Amino acid sequence: MSNKVSSSHSVPFWRDVRVLRVIGQVLFLVIIAAGILWLLNNLQVNLRACGLRISFNFLKNTAGFPISEGLRYNPTDVHGYAFWVGIVNTIRISLIGIVLTTIIGTVVGIARLSSNWLVKKLAGLYVEVVRNIPLLVQLFFWYFAVMLTALPMVKNSIGLPGSIYLTRRGVYLPWITPAESFGTWAWYIIGGLVVAIAVYVFRRIQLKRAERPGFPIIWAGTILILILGAGWFLTPGNPLALTIPVLKRFNFEGGLWLSTSFTSLLVGLSVYTGAFIAEIVRAGILAVSRGQTEAARAVGLKKAHVLRLVVLPQALRVIIPPLASQYLNLTKNSSLAILIGYYDLMNVGTTIFNQTGRAVEMILLIMASYLTMSLLTSLLMNYYNRRMKLVER
Amino acid sequence: MINNEGIIIYRDVHKWYGDFHVLRGITFTMQKGEVVVICGPSGSGKSTCIRTINRLEEHQRGEIIVDGIELTNDLRNIEAIRREVGIVFQQFNLFPHLTALQNVSLAPFWVLKMRKSKAEEVAMKLLERVGIPEQAQKYPAQLSGGQQQRVAIARALAMTPKIMLFDEPTSALDPEMIKEVLDVMKNLARSGMTMIVVTHEMGFAREVADRIIFFDYGQLVEENTPEEFFHNPKHDRTKLFLSQILDY
Repeated sequence: MSNKVSSSHSVPFWRDVRVLRVIGQVLFLVIIAAGILWLLNNLQVNLRACGLRISFNFLKNTAGFPISEGLRYNPTDVHGYAFWVGIVNTIRISLIGIVLTTIIGTVVGIARLSSNWLVKKLAGLYVEVVRNIPLLVQLFFWYFAVMLTALPMVKNSIGLPGSIYLTRRGVYLPWITPAESFGTWAWYIIGGLVVAIAVYVFRRIQLKRAERPGFPIIWAGTILILILGAGWFLTPGNPLALTIPVLKRFNFEGGLWLSTSFTSLLVGLSVYTGAFIAEIVRAGILAVSRGQTEAARAVGLKKAHVLRLVVLPQALRVIIPPLASQYLNLTKNSSLAILIGYYDLMNVGTTIFNQTGRAVEMILLIMASYLTMSLLTSLLMNYYNRRMKLVER
Repeated sequence: MINNEGIIIYRDVHKWYGDFHVLRGITFTMQKGEVVVICGPSGSGKSTCIRTINRLEEHQRGEIIVDGIELTNDLRNIEAIRREVGIVFQQFNLFPHLTALQNVSLAPFWVLKMRKSKAEEVAMKLLERVGIPEQAQKYPAQLSGGQQQRVAIARALAMTPKIMLFDEPTSALDPEMIKEVLDVMKNLARSGMTMIVVTHEMGFAREVADRIIFFDYGQLVEENTPEEFFHNPKHDRTKLFLSQILDY
């Protein structure tokens, strides 16, 4: 017995790997818990020393500071509502930024693979310049150098075709607003959507029964457009009015106004993130080997079908996860808005805590807001990713 | 009539990759139902040659006529020829996001506009023909190399081509899988398919080929029956090549 390997029940616990593993876990947990408790205790002691208590009651007090952008708001509104205005502004810049940066990234990414020498080099130059300069520097460039210096005063504004005016005070664009008869036309929109969905479902079932290939969305889209068009002519007066910015004595009137801060933040974030997305798109397309396209062409598929049925399903699998990270980056980077005067949730949040001294509560609220938005984005992108992945296996 | 001259007419074809002259005036003709094996050292232009037949590579001079259709820059001609010519690649190139059955039925469904059930029926028959009906619902990554290549053959056959091109179909396979693929090709040849096979499998060439074409430096060095090619090669270059590959 003495020089044989002893059986399991005779192993002392300090040599038993399974016991050691459990002890390690428990020890780690205890250390973490102790650390958190210590921090919480510290916080409580210090708050008490300053005569403060964690409370969100200050959100019901009058804010008193102006916010020049976003939802309708008065300085007499409460802090909580001011913060909400900031959240909506962050969502606004993030959503528009995500759409814009996706377009920029896709176009540039494809351009980098172009066989046209000049297009390829220009796209490469864009990516290399943009992603190698810090974002904050770029935001300052757009805000101070472009918007506030290079652009003219309102009365000498640069007019672009389509009644778009670039000025030091921001960008003015034509915009559509609902007119009086919009209510009537809205019924056509609802009716059109219902009919379009019905047609889509019907066509899908029909195709499935007939076992034919096709894209029912094209049918549904055409019918929706036809109904909307018919409604437009049948409705008395125009349901939508186009308002065009016109220069009055001191400023433009009508149309849509994008503030200097909003414009520079939007352009800065989209251009910056677009460079990274371009690389992701390029990698995704390159990840589909040439052999795939060759094989698809060789069995007689048309170019559009090769892209839709063979290349895209494979490229998207590579593109979606890092693309989701870039969307999150853009949303989080929008907190730099505070440095160029856009009233996003970080900007409003810090203003509130400077006024009220409620730093801990406000930072908690700000973190919770970003976390919620980011997790929602993640959730959506993960769902999309899973759908694309299911196609494979 | 053109068809009497041959199903593939290849006349003084040249191709350059930049400065590199890959095909230096190749001329040959193939009749319907013929099986031709192209062999030669690597880099001699054999793959490029068969890839010009369905325009995966462009030729820059000379004339290629497939089943009476001249291969020009006209997209309609290119598409017409691609419908008649199937190709099997060295690296299989199966679509990894589709099952074996979907790989085979994709083109009948989208290109030949067959009903889905019909396309799948056709695909299933072809998978039976290449001996792997039980793998129909599997994805390429779940199949062995030999099985993947057989799916690839079925996929090419699904378009009912008149001509089949094989670009080193067994070069990426483990030795024990080569036979299963060659057996499928042998059966295909016996069924009367017109085939051009680029391969180093000399056993296959000897047994199945009607003719062997030997390439070197972008030129057609020798064209012969298998019998003559192996026992009585005309050119020194052919002799050297054969001595190098047959010694093992």
